[in-house]
Amino acid sequence: MIELLHVKKSFDDGASFAVADTSLSIARGELLALIGESGSGKTTTLKMINRLEDPSDGKILVAGRDVLDQNPQELRRNIGYVFQGVGLFPHHSVARNVAAVPELLGWSRIDIEARCREVCDLVGLPFDDYAQRIPSELSGGQQQRVGVARALAARPDVLLMDEPFGALDPITRAGLQEEFRRIQQELGLTVVMVTHDMTEAMLMADRVAVMLGGELLQVGTASELLNRPAHPYVTQLMEMPRRRAERLDALMREEG
Amino acid sequence: MNPVLTEQLLLLPDYLQGHLALTFAALGAGIALSVPLGVIAARSPRIRHPLLAVVSMIQTVPGLAILALVVALLGGQIGFVPAFIALTLYSMLPIMRNTVSGLEGVPSDVVEAARGIGLSPRQRLWKVELPLALPVVVAGIRTAAVWTVGMATLSTLVGASSLGNYIFIGIQTRNLTAVTVGSLAAAGLAIVLDALIGSLQWIAEKRAVGVAMRDLKRSTAFAAALSVLFSLALVLTLRPEPKPDFVVGGKPFTEQYILASLLTEQLEAQGLRVEQNIGMGSDIIFEAIGAGTVDLYVEYSGTIWGSYMRREGNPGRDEINRVTQRFVSEQGLNPLGLAGFQNRYALAMSRERAAQLGVSSVQDLEPLAAMLQAGGDLEFFGRSEWQRLQRLYGLDFAQELTFDAALMYTAVEAGQVDVISAYSTDGRVAAYDLLLLDDPREALLSYDALFLASAAASEDERVAAAIAPLLGAISDEAMRAANKMVDVDGRPVAEAVAYLRASLN
Ligand SMILES: Nc1ncnc2c1ncn2[C@@H]1O[C@H](COP(=O)(O)OP(=O)(O)OP(=O)(O)O)[C@@H](O)[C@H]1O
Ligand SMILES: [Mg+2]
Repeated sequence: MIELLHVKKSFDDGASFAVADTSLSIARGELLALIGESGSGKTTTLKMINRLEDPSDGKILVAGRDVLDQNPQELRRNIGYVFQGVGLFPHHSVARNVAAVPELLGWSRIDIEARCREVCDLVGLPFDDYAQRIPSELSGGQQQRVGVARALAARPDVLLMDEPFGALDPITRAGLQEEFRRIQQELGLTVVMVTHDMTEAMLMADRVAVMLGGELLQVGTASELLNRPAHPYVTQLMEMPRRRAERLDALMREEG
Repeated sequence: MNPVLTEQLLLLPDYLQGHLALTFAALGAGIALSVPLGVIAARSPRIRHPLLAVVSMIQTVPGLAILALVVALLGGQIGFVPAFIALTLYSMLPIMRNTVSGLEGVPSDVVEAARGIGLSPRQRLWKVELPLALPVVVAGIRTAAVWTVGMATLSTLVGASSLGNYIFIGIQTRNLTAVTVGSLAAAGLAIVLDALIGSLQWIAEKRAVGVAMRDLKRSTAFAAALSVLFSLALVLTLRPEPKPDFVVGGKPFTEQYILASLLTEQLEAQGLRVEQNIGMGSDIIFEAIGAGTVDLYVEYSGTIWGSYMRREGNPGRDEINRVTQRFVSEQGLNPLGLAGFQNRYALAMSRERAAQLGVSSVQDLEPLAAMLQAGGDLEFFGRSEWQRLQRLYGLDFAQELTFDAALMYTAVEAGQVDVISAYSTDGRVAAYDLLLLDDPREALLSYDALFLASAAASEDERVAAAIAPLLGAISDEAMRAANKMVDVDGRPVAEAVAYLRASLN
């Protein structure tokens, strides 16, 4: 569904690469987690898929078509995007924020209203309570959920999510993760999700891609990464959940 | 009520309308130009700097200079158009600068999200960037509005009527009432406009954070009031004014106001529709009569000789009259004849002091000059007439002091100076009982008052009929007494006109 072929991105005419020679293929209906330290090129990779940035070199295909051959506005309207900075329109209500893309696509008012209700309920913001609020009247986590609802509103096949659950409390977060995973599988959405949280990546993703300094170190299922790390950074990254799990295990045994 | 105040208040609707029309037209054009330019500048740093630099530069040029430049660029056209252009140019900086900074202040993650969900650049501008920048843009408009109201007062000097008419004419005629009425009206207008646009700004701010219109009742009412004012001004502006048959002009001093009113009354008595355009500078009015935007005014032979022809020397009163009238005819203007009086420079002393020193003519000053103090207005000591005076009479005063005209008269009255460069028909000559010294060697130029007409006016019999009773009919004494009524006694101009009419020879 999404294909990156030897993609490179430099912001300084080749002196350094934010993303260096990356090839990656994401199947239809797959949820890929992109993980890596700050500045490793995750957001840049995501932005190149919907042409918020154009690659310096290489090729990106979405649904078999080169993105550079497509009108960027149309491409973006067909790809849901949850932004790292949320970026809600501060002068619009929750309802209008969520309705933004369907409006651009020319949906009827009735369809838009029904769909907004659906996605708001989905992200745990009851439409009747939240529709008329403005972003500044929401908590950070609520704003983030509106961002997710906005990305889902136009029923895209492809969803790009940049740390979509970062600002949520653990319980809401876990609930939303499960809920999201359920509908993602149900609808067969193709998703690339950037996260800093290895546990989240392992629990939600079909495969995990690890980036470091613009390089794609390894792509594989959680167990592949756990059992056959291709790089010391991957090992280090997998240590964290493993140690946490062991510690929890020990704690539970003490009780029992 | 005080008749002077009544006279002034009767002028208010006209001046206010002129002022509002200028302000709103210029502000509207300023917005229409500056917001798009601001958008372009915000988009392209390459354009931004030169553009803002040019607009800032316009701002640093004094308002009066801009007006004069625009008049010159339009080939001497005066009135609404040059004032409108100058005010528009002046209003641009705050609007443009605020448009740029408003757009730059839109949070970058919001702009990125707008791009990322597929808004086109145009949609981004209209749906996201401009609404979010609007409060800052409106703040710029608010600043521009206050500036424009203030600067519109200057447009009087290029012949566009505004509240500035009160101020400039008031200063020249020492009519404190007029100055006060004009200043208060201009200040009031600025305050009202500031408050109304302020409420728009408040609404824009609330809208930018998404508050629904229905929650903004109070300021919506304000905004409605503003719209009403706007439309009112527009209607007033567009109101089809009966086009006058002729425009009577005048320079910015008392004598000219009295004469312009007299001319207006004379023409109206002939059944002509007349508009007055008074308070124009010398050069502007001379160009205006050439361009036909002014039809009739009173010029002085010495001014034509010295200022327009730039001639030196003094060939005598008759020769100056002959040469200057030929000159204006060659310029396509039409001299209709002399009024009879002269308003010339003359050395003047208090009668008491003159008697004490035994002086009655400039000649008598020669042996005394080394002990005497001379006072002149701002330009007198720089004129060639003064040099000629010194040369022909061998005058060398102990000290030459330069004053504002009003202070010059009080200085000679108080004995701080002995001799001043008075104007021969100035009302204060009579009021302070000054003696005008004879000038037997004709060092000082003659300044005969001359009726000058545009081509159209000179061909009209009714104009000729209106002027006929005035030709050669106004004496120095009558003119001086009329000036005194306004300048010294604070009487309305209309009374001075009536007096002058009664004392025609
Ligand atoms: N527009 C840009 N111009 C120049 N450099 C950029 C730009 N965008 C990103 N970079 C650089 O590219 C590198 C990768 O940035 P990117 O935003 O992709 O990191 P990230 O992995 O998303 O980090 P984080 O987890 O902190 O969000 C960084 O070194 C960053 O400074
Ligand atoms: Mg990032």
